[in-house]
Amino acid sequence: MAKNIQSLERAAAMLRLLAGGERRLGLSDISSSLGLAKGTAHGILRTLQHEGFVEQDAASGRYQLGAELLRLGNSYLDVHELRARALVWTDDLARSSGESVHLGVLHQHGILIVHHVFRPDDSRQVLEVGAMQPLHSTALGKVLSAYDPVAHSEAVEVERQAFTPRTVTGPEEFESLLDLIRARGWASDVEETWEGVAAVAAPVHDRRRMPVGAVAVTGAVERVCPGGELRPELIAAVRDCARAVSRDLGAGRF
Amino acid sequence: MTDAHTTGSHGTGPFIAAIDQGTTSSRCIVFDKDGRIVSVDQKEHEQIFPKPGWVEHDAAEIWTNVQEVVAGAISKAGITSADVKAIGITNQRETTLLWDRNTGEPVHNALVWQDTRTDALCKELGRNVGQDRFRRETGLPLASYFAGPKVRWLLDNVEGLRKRAERGEILFGTMDSWVIWNLTGGTDGGVHVTDVTNASRTLLMNLHSMQWDEKILQSMHIPAAVLPEIRSSAEVYGHAKGGVLDGIPVASALGDQQAALFGQTCFAQGEAKSTYGTGTFMLMNTGHTPVNSYNGLLTTVGYRVGDQKPVYALEGSIAVTGSLVQWMRDQMGLIKSAAEIETLASSVEDNGGAYFVPAFSGLFAPYWRPDARGVITGLTRYVTKAHIARAVLEATAWQTREISDAMTKDSGVELTALKVDGGMTSNNLLMQTLSDFLDAPVVRPMVAETTCLGAAYAAGLAVGFWPDTDALRANWRRAAEWTPRMDAATRDREYKSWLKAVERSMGWLDEDTVEE
Repeated sequence: MAKNIQSLERAAAMLRLLAGGERRLGLSDISSSLGLAKGTAHGILRTLQHEGFVEQDAASGRYQLGAELLRLGNSYLDVHELRARALVWTDDLARSSGESVHLGVLHQHGILIVHHVFRPDDSRQVLEVGAMQPLHSTALGKVLSAYDPVAHSEAVEVERQAFTPRTVTGPEEFESLLDLIRARGWASDVEETWEGVAAVAAPVHDRRRMPVGAVAVTGAVERVCPGGELRPELIAAVRDCARAVSRDLGAGRF
Repeated sequence: MTDAHTTGSHGTGPFIAAIDQGTTSSRCIVFDKDGRIVSVDQKEHEQIFPKPGWVEHDAAEIWTNVQEVVAGAISKAGITSADVKAIGITNQRETTLLWDRNTGEPVHNALVWQDTRTDALCKELGRNVGQDRFRRETGLPLASYFAGPKVRWLLDNVEGLRKRAERGEILFGTMDSWVIWNLTGGTDGGVHVTDVTNASRTLLMNLHSMQWDEKILQSMHIPAAVLPEIRSSAEVYGHAKGGVLDGIPVASALGDQQAALFGQTCFAQGEAKSTYGTGTFMLMNTGHTPVNSYNGLLTTVGYRVGDQKPVYALEGSIAVTGSLVQWMRDQMGLIKSAAEIETLASSVEDNGGAYFVPAFSGLFAPYWRPDARGVITGLTRYVTKAHIARAVLEATAWQTREISDAMTKDSGVELTALKVDGGMTSNNLLMQTLSDFLDAPVVRPMVAETTCLGAAYAAGLAVGFWPDTDALRANWRRAAEWTPRMDAATRDREYKSWLKAVERSMGWLDEDTVEE
């Protein structure tokens, strides 16, 4: 087994020290507690300070835990919060596109549908909230695989099943598809998961530009992709919707 | 929602502008012919609390804000008044204002519906009969929400006001009247009208004749000279004078909950909607006859389109729904955001035997027990905060079921489906639970802004923008539907437990302290 990195171990020990007991400690307290030379301790503290994990009190010169640690712990976006923020925008997307809209997040090697807006006709439809979709073939799955490194490694590592003759399964083909998605900012699924069904998806980002989910419009291939071409206004509408949700989550304009 | 929607795919008009003069803010939304939102503008106004239990609004501030949001919405939509076919009004109900017809100045801040200063007056007005003294005529109990007692309070407490009112110098109105009077010119020929839905919340209108009830006016000691003319909910009252919408017909008025009923296109007898906000308001269309309630509901006017027959409704309200989730977040600290209640509640399969009756200020419909206070029952060591979160959501669903049961008892009509709107409809678990407990489908429409939409619909009908209510129904789009998944035995057992929990909330306050 490889040897652990000593400076990281020392940094971790400092954070534990600052988290327990007396909250603010001076440089000499820290170095003596951990049995380090002052210079070594100071170097590590400066690095931690630069990353925001440690803050130095201006008046006393003592150190305490930084706000960034708190943010790390709270960075997880509640999917129900995501749905609440997306509600008006996804309603509007369904209304303007005339197709059904899904909001998905990465969950256990697949896409979990957290919100579903019916296609705005009078047909009987079943709410698909809670359903899972595959990562490698759906528009939602592919767009997240392109933007989220965790989704990417999961999509790449599993065996990609061919659901239809059009499903992309080969590793090189799949990677170049993701490159294209990243370059264009959206993904499509034209009968790659279900025969007769096509979809377009775009990523939703949070305030730190992390991909937290994706929005997709899904419908019959004849309507979404007439004559084999995806309707450009549909792509624009999906991307507008994803941007609007991202803005509501605090992401800057992009 | 701060951005104007600019989704591009709605045509070039024409449009309808709806003004929603609400309790915390005034809004204007521009709708296209499909009932889609084109633009929104909104401005909050100050809540004035002069004493505990007193709540007032500055009506002059409200009128200024209304003008601003109308101009804002028109400008965000990128259109001119030439593209707008009519203006519709919806408003916070029961909030009461008196103003000078010659100067246009309010004589006092508006008394807001939540204001309880007329509690004692209402008891006094009940004489030996009690709070149902005017129920047969008005469909309402004598309670501090309603406008009539607030008018009486102002006449009794603002110096010299009664004399001026008797001389015909003073006008009374709920916020619809105030906005319409100002829109149509104010001191320069403004029309002084109200609609049947707002009038039905005054305790002064006879539900059967749709006119001010002279006997009640005498009993409450209110001079008829202050009263607006009662008109239908959808007709041209007058035309806007001045402002960005100069010359446009002012063509609808509906109280906010009735507007939501209209916006949800509950046009057939037995159709019902429930709006889930801080509190919850459920209304059921009962057709052309006012149904007396023996189960603690209110009888009210649903709407009246032009000279067609009026449509009545039964109304039940739940005081604490969204505010219970806020309480879990702010007072208990169990969640960080309101949406998280679903995450916490979803982490368990059921309530673990716990029930939460949020009777924070007594029990409302159908019990009306001011001596009740909140309880959490059925606790064992097994119960976790997740079970409590589940019990919180179930409380809203069970209370809806109780109102729905009361409506069925009073009207004889079974609920076939419940149309929902409001902020809490984004809570999937709550909507599923609601469907399970009601044993009926729960349906969410695609336009969440049903209140403004209702006002726009009524105005559009009045000017022929839409031909009839069938055309409006065709605009209604289902965004989601939840169907019952719970078996009958479980539902019955759980309902029994809920009712037991409700029983335990009653009688907490001693009789002599209930008056507080």
